[in-house]
Amino acid sequence: MMQIPCIRCGARDEHEFICGGTSHIARPALEQDDVVWGEYLFFRDNPKGRHLERWRHVYGCGLWFNLVRDTVTHEVLAVYAITAAPPP
Amino acid sequence: MTSHRLPAPSGTCLDRSADVSFEFNGRTLQGFAGDTLASALLANGVGLVGRSFKLHRPRGIFSCGIEEPTGLVDLGEGAARSVNVRATLVELQQNLRAVSVNCWPSVSFDVGAISGAFSALLPAGFYYKTFKWPSWHLFEPAIRRMAGLGRAASEPDPDRYEEIAADADVLVIGGGPAGLAAAVSAAQAGAATLLLTSGSKFGGSESWRAASPGAAVPGDAPPVSELIASAGRLGVRLLNRTLAFGVYDHNLVCARESLHPLGGARAGDRGVLRERLWKIRARSIIVAAGAFERPMIFPGNDRPAVMLAGAALKYAHAFGVAPGHRVVIAANSDSAYRVAESLCGAGVNVTALIDRRAAADIAASVSGGAAKLRVIRDAGIVKVSGSRAVRSCTIGGAAGAGARYEHLDCDAILSAGGHAPAVHLHSQAGGKLRWLSESAMFVPDGAARGLASVGACAGVFAREAALDHAARVGAALARGLACPEAAVGGAGRSLAATHLPNVSGKQFVDLQNDVTLSDVRLAAQENYRSVEHLKRYTTTGMGTDQGKTSNINALVLMGEYTGREPAEVGTTKFRPPFAPVTLGLIAGRRTGALYRPLKRLPDESWHRARGALFEQFGNWRRPAAYPLPGESLEDAAQREALAVRQSAGLLDGSPLGKLEVFGADAALFLDLMYLGTMSTLPIGQARYGILLNENGIVVDDGIVARLGEQHYWINTTSAGVERTAAAFEEWLQCEYTNLKVLITPVTSRWANVTVAGPKAWEWLAAAGFDSLLAPLSMPHMTLRGARLDGVPLRVLRASFSGELGYEINVPAEHAGDVLARLWAHAERFAAVPYGIEALEILRTEKGFIHIGTDTDGTTLPGDIGLARGVDRKRANFVGRRSLLRPAARDPSRFQLVSLSPADGRTRLPVGGQIAAAPPPTQTEGHVTSSYMSPELRAPVALGMLSRGFQRVGERVQVHHLGATIEAVVAQGPFIDPKGERLRG
Repeated sequence: MMQIPCIRCGARDEHEFICGGTSHIARPALEQDDVVWGEYLFFRDNPKGRHLERWRHVYGCGLWFNLVRDTVTHEVLAVYAITAAPPP
Repeated sequence: MTSHRLPAPSGTCLDRSADVSFEFNGRTLQGFAGDTLASALLANGVGLVGRSFKLHRPRGIFSCGIEEPTGLVDLGEGAARSVNVRATLVELQQNLRAVSVNCWPSVSFDVGAISGAFSALLPAGFYYKTFKWPSWHLFEPAIRRMAGLGRAASEPDPDRYEEIAADADVLVIGGGPAGLAAAVSAAQAGAATLLLTSGSKFGGSESWRAASPGAAVPGDAPPVSELIASAGRLGVRLLNRTLAFGVYDHNLVCARESLHPLGGARAGDRGVLRERLWKIRARSIIVAAGAFERPMIFPGNDRPAVMLAGAALKYAHAFGVAPGHRVVIAANSDSAYRVAESLCGAGVNVTALIDRRAAADIAASVSGGAAKLRVIRDAGIVKVSGSRAVRSCTIGGAAGAGARYEHLDCDAILSAGGHAPAVHLHSQAGGKLRWLSESAMFVPDGAARGLASVGACAGVFAREAALDHAARVGAALARGLACPEAAVGGAGRSLAATHLPNVSGKQFVDLQNDVTLSDVRLAAQENYRSVEHLKRYTTTGMGTDQGKTSNINALVLMGEYTGREPAEVGTTKFRPPFAPVTLGLIAGRRTGALYRPLKRLPDESWHRARGALFEQFGNWRRPAAYPLPGESLEDAAQREALAVRQSAGLLDGSPLGKLEVFGADAALFLDLMYLGTMSTLPIGQARYGILLNENGIVVDDGIVARLGEQHYWINTTSAGVERTAAAFEEWLQCEYTNLKVLITPVTSRWANVTVAGPKAWEWLAAAGFDSLLAPLSMPHMTLRGARLDGVPLRVLRASFSGELGYEINVPAEHAGDVLARLWAHAERFAAVPYGIEALEILRTEKGFIHIGTDTDGTTLPGDIGLARGVDRKRANFVGRRSLLRPAARDPSRFQLVSLSPADGRTRLPVGGQIAAAPPPTQTEGHVTSSYMSPELRAPVALGMLSRGFQRVGERVQVHHLGATIEAVVAQGPFIDPKGERLRG
């Protein structure tokens, strides 16, 4: 069970959170074709290594935030606000 | 077998003045306080303890610890029965009762032994090749009954299990000399240190060796007694009987503290706190888990009276037990010589040491030891005589192809094949291994992330070097510095392979699962060469001991048969738990009523007093109905539904989801979330709303009412309120971050008393409710604030039943007042309380859907007749884009229809498939809701049907479990199609 560093509350056990999947996915405009829309709905990359993802402290303060996590080692590399750009 | 008790002073763990009686297979035996069950059995000369898994061969005690593969027993009876317990770990207690496993009728005469005669038909993977004709299912029940070892309890566990969280700067796992040195050093450097040991005492082998004659004396490094004292002084937290069984993400270690190993359910005990789960988050972990001994492989190496050499040493010194009267040692390591010397010093008659290695591979410093010890080099055992005991063995030369060499009279054989560092926790933490070929062992290849190894488990076998390294590691990790490298060595030279070539007879690799050398060869021949395939194909390492005494031998053999070095074959993946862990420990307090806590109505006692029959609906405990004495649930539901249609009824709708939405952008936000348009809703009015997900699927429905310019009152399904609130939050925090909206879930803040029926208003008026709620002044789908005795109410005129209905929302603490007030006037209007079953009848008669019953994960709004809103709405909303894809516009989609049986009598089964012919065939739809209507005295149903909207009046067939029922697609709703009762 990982420890997730909530921006407001600090490091808490993983079961206080839900993972919202990959972050920074832009929703295609209404006019885009079905293939683009379908990829937005159903296709995600599954990188080995550095992954930008969203988490919510659902059994805590309720805040959504971004995390940079290594999908192999589970090391949390960075935390940043949900609307902020990812760190370099 | 003639294992026996040695006289004092051997047996440093025993209290010879305290006798303990216990029972084994119904026979009463004597031991001492301080004995384990295993040592007491050996002291009593009991060699035969159980039967092996597949071949039912006689088996005895093999080791002196957690790695025990064969000395398994079931303890206790009834609810307290413990299964497959290692006798080596059971602290002997008065009146303990143990029985052998996997044998019938007894361990001495076991009918299952017949499978030994068929062993040629039962090699590795036999069940992939045999027992297939005419059908595997013919044999499966018998084979399943034969699987397993002990017999589990069939009553609920009366004992309790707890969970506790702890933090440490440095966590040390293993209380032997190296672990103690690391803990003391870390504490000296200022770290908050926690030290665990799985046994009852700290000090490891030195705790039982020190006072015994002939035992090795430690060198210059401090003795463990000093280290233990230092640890106490420095404030190291000490936990004994606590086994760390897993390392998880971010340095979480789980450990089991054993408080009452036998449980509480002995005569009269009510159940005790049996085990405690420790969840320890540590900044750094130091593992000092020691090393296991590797067995020698030779024919008959599974017989009772064959035991690990290091185990025999511990039995002699700690428990005062000798393995036999004439003991020989089969060796592949230098340590065997020290063991032989030490055993002789304790009074054990070791007659010969048969070293597999040639003189060139044996360290020069190792001497023959005691004068009586005969050393034979470059040789091994080729045969063991005896089946339930050892009578003699035959030795052959290593070079010779089975050339009989010599008979040795013996009654116990000790196995000293080398050592295997316990790298389990290191590997669980992601640490890598490297093969040390001179000692034939895997050692950690550097530290793992956040976890360092010290002592024998790091490959450091020399005491001084181990303590020095451990102290440096403790200090470094306490200060957050890099971990110093280990000076691996001190284990001497061992050969990788311990068996003689070209020898016949069963040679066992895995003692618990009866995996032999020829099984490993078979796996290699059939191309199951990967170590992971070897494991699963032969089942080696898959028993309760998880291969602690077999894994290395197995992979060395696989390497030999496939021309690879052991490092190339590698190890299987190490996963927690390190040793078997009870389900009780993992469940903790989350059993019984706490397994799935249910939500309860605000004034549940009122419903109980009215005779409510409670059932579980989602997470809620709600009345299914209120049966009168002698009435069935079905009849009660019919009576209640009819009463609502004819007079009035009261339903507790408190579980209905409630959200308050505030803010300058609330209206705009709700237009984005809902299928309908909520921004045009006038204050005080309400609208039915549907929520879609981004796939366009209907996920929730409910009534939305407007309380103010910037204030909405949202109802959702009772199961969907949390999901809906979470979805709203996600949109607001992640996407529409500029909107000023606040969402507040208030489901438990407001109780909901729903009153429905033609007499609903008369009833409310008689009970004193404000006349502004009267139907003439309050139209259907409006919301009014009111007061009753000063208590604020939010009253919504809405209806799921199809009759005149009021949902009275009252602060939850006043629910009882409203219920009591209404109930005082109920009789006058023949009003009844009604439950969920009646509600389902009423709403089905009206064709109102129930999300998740009439809809599923494929249902779009158009399928339930709500497509009109989509095209009219200008604003974007969640799911809009998905409604434009081709599948959403497919005319053959399933659509909601009303269904009646053609004969007017037969109730259509829910889940019945609608198709032109009986299955197997393409389905055209299915029945989703089906009830008997008390008013119509006929069955009514809803279903989904391909192109259903165009098929009203058509006859269809409903197929279910082999029967076919004729039905008609009816023009719904079944009752009050114009909705006059609703709007009156």
